[in-house]
Amino acid sequence: MLRFLVRRVLGASVILLLISAVTFFLFFAAPGDPALLACGKNCTPDALTIIRENLGLDKSIPHQYWLFLSGIFTGRDFAIGHCDAPCLGVSFNDRTMVWDTIIDRLPVTVSLTVGGLIIFLTLGIGAGLLAAAKKGTMVDKAASSTSLVLSSLQIYFIGPVVLGAVVYSTGWLDAPQYNEFFDGPMAWAAGLLIPWVVMSLIFTAQYTRMTRAMMIEQLQEDHVRTARAKGMGSKYVFFRYAWRGAMVPIVTILGMDLGGMLGGAVVTEMTFGLAGIGRLAVDSVVNVDLPLTMGVMLVGATFILLFNILVDAAYAFIDPRVRLS
Amino acid sequence: MTMTKTADSSAPAEYDGKFLSVNDLRVQFSTEDGIVKAVDGLSFDLERGKTLGIVGESGSGKSVTNLSILGLHNSKTTEVTGEILMEGEDLLTVKEKRLEHLRGNKMAMIFQDPLTALSPFYTIGRQIMEPYRKHTGASKKDARARAIEMLEKVGIPQPNRRVDDYPHQFSGGMRQRAMIAMALVCDPDLIIADEPTTALDVTVQAQILDLLKELQQEFGSAIIFITHDLGVIANMADDIMVMYGGRAVERGSVSQVLYEPDHPYTWGLLSSMPRLSGDVNEELRAIRGTPPSLLNPPPGCAFNPRCDFADQVAGNKCREVRPDLGEGRAAACHLSADQKQTFFVEHIKPRLG
Repeated sequence: MLRFLVRRVLGASVILLLISAVTFFLFFAAPGDPALLACGKNCTPDALTIIRENLGLDKSIPHQYWLFLSGIFTGRDFAIGHCDAPCLGVSFNDRTMVWDTIIDRLPVTVSLTVGGLIIFLTLGIGAGLLAAAKKGTMVDKAASSTSLVLSSLQIYFIGPVVLGAVVYSTGWLDAPQYNEFFDGPMAWAAGLLIPWVVMSLIFTAQYTRMTRAMMIEQLQEDHVRTARAKGMGSKYVFFRYAWRGAMVPIVTILGMDLGGMLGGAVVTEMTFGLAGIGRLAVDSVVNVDLPLTMGVMLVGATFILLFNILVDAAYAFIDPRVRLS
Repeated sequence: MTMTKTADSSAPAEYDGKFLSVNDLRVQFSTEDGIVKAVDGLSFDLERGKTLGIVGESGSGKSVTNLSILGLHNSKTTEVTGEILMEGEDLLTVKEKRLEHLRGNKMAMIFQDPLTALSPFYTIGRQIMEPYRKHTGASKKDARARAIEMLEKVGIPQPNRRVDDYPHQFSGGMRQRAMIAMALVCDPDLIIADEPTTALDVTVQAQILDLLKELQQEFGSAIIFITHDLGVIANMADDIMVMYGGRAVERGSVSQVLYEPDHPYTWGLLSSMPRLSGDVNEELRAIRGTPPSLLNPPPGCAFNPRCDFADQVAGNKCREVRPDLGEGRAAACHLSADQKQTFFVEHIKPRLG
């Protein structure tokens, strides 16, 4: 297990390095000069030179990349002060530490993800199990057709509809906002309730469909029939045998979804005006803010890779055939 | 008499009738294309300590019959009528809870492919312990000891170590042994073996068959042995029932059915077996045609479209009237006893060598 982890972490590091290099060089390949943007309307050549120096753009691109990379491990010094490792540089736009900005925005994204996760996993898997157990009945038909409709919705459509219905036209709820969890869990939950529910609608539907399909497939497996032939009760067979087998693909998809969501749920954050990692990513690109783009990119990629490793570790836990000997 | 089952209080303590008696069993599935008559009026009896071999092609209703004995058919899409009496108790009318109590306990099944029939997620030991704990209420420790004992009995080396292995760590033959250990852990009175050796190579096959016979002698269980391999059945069974198109077409003792077969379908099965002494270039004789559709079975004798002797019966009887299977040693065929004797001696026997 340890060897497996070491190998996977090393592999992930290489991927991160590649991602950072590609992002960095692509940034310079794309049109748009951050120095010119920072200089403003009445820009003199002298002012432009000073800005270039300040931003570090006077150095060659590989040199800049080297400074960025080494900064992650050793920290860097800037005009506004020392940047401790892991230093992701200073934003071109508002001259703040990128690391601090990301740490500042992360709780929004994490809150959004965790809250949504709890709702859609509970409801989605619950409804999927129920539909599979009652296959062919009205319960199954209701769950299947509802989830088919819901899973074809898009957040940018259903989000504004819900906001319009329960916030702007009726005033039943306040507009979504982020409140610190530690300042009051109730206010935290109340502020994120609408985004959670809307996001969960779609994910619940997807997990319902997936769980139902996997369970129906598993319930027809030979080993499930063997368990019944041994006289094991139907609940026992359903959960210990069929569900155990259905878990593997569900965990896979969940890992991918979680990595993506923590890397920034751009559409959800934009729809509900929440300032999380996804929003930060969009802003950084719009503002041609290289250090911020790099930072957000790396954090997002790290989450995705992390969850990939977690999923593979979970496989080994669920399925003894994958356990490394 | 000795009581082996203590948990079994509701069944009569002493039952002197037939151990297993299946009467006019009919199994139908509703499909989108219509009603499939998978089993159509099947009757047979089985005594303790005896082995009944059921032979037939795929789709002849062998496996369906045995899944309905255990009540493992899908009750939503399947309609089962008739009687399955085990010690006088009709398994088709008892509650699901009672069936759960009987399965794995008084009646157990050995499946064809031990790789898919064992769960990949649990250790062999756990899978053997499960029915034992459920049916006897044994502690985990006792059940584990019992699992090790069973593994040893079925010839798994180092059973106290292998008990913690997963099925994928076992070879095919070992897996089937483990499957047998699992089926026999509660000393069942009835064992249904559904092609238990089909997935195994021939040497392992022989070992598994010997093992089953030994265990049958030890436990005195009744065995229903399903196969399409006549060589295996000759080795294992006391009686044979040949099935075709959801019905029994011939019934008798092993020597009767294998050496004096009375039904053209059985003749075909026997002729299609390669002979060890035969010429290498000798072609294998297949029964012409394909198994009948159970959605829309042929009128009259279900075998008539494939039968070489259908024209020998006066009138159009084979295509119009369904022959009945009599009691005891019997074959469901319109040919007269003399005709059968003549055809068998003239056409079939020379092929069997």
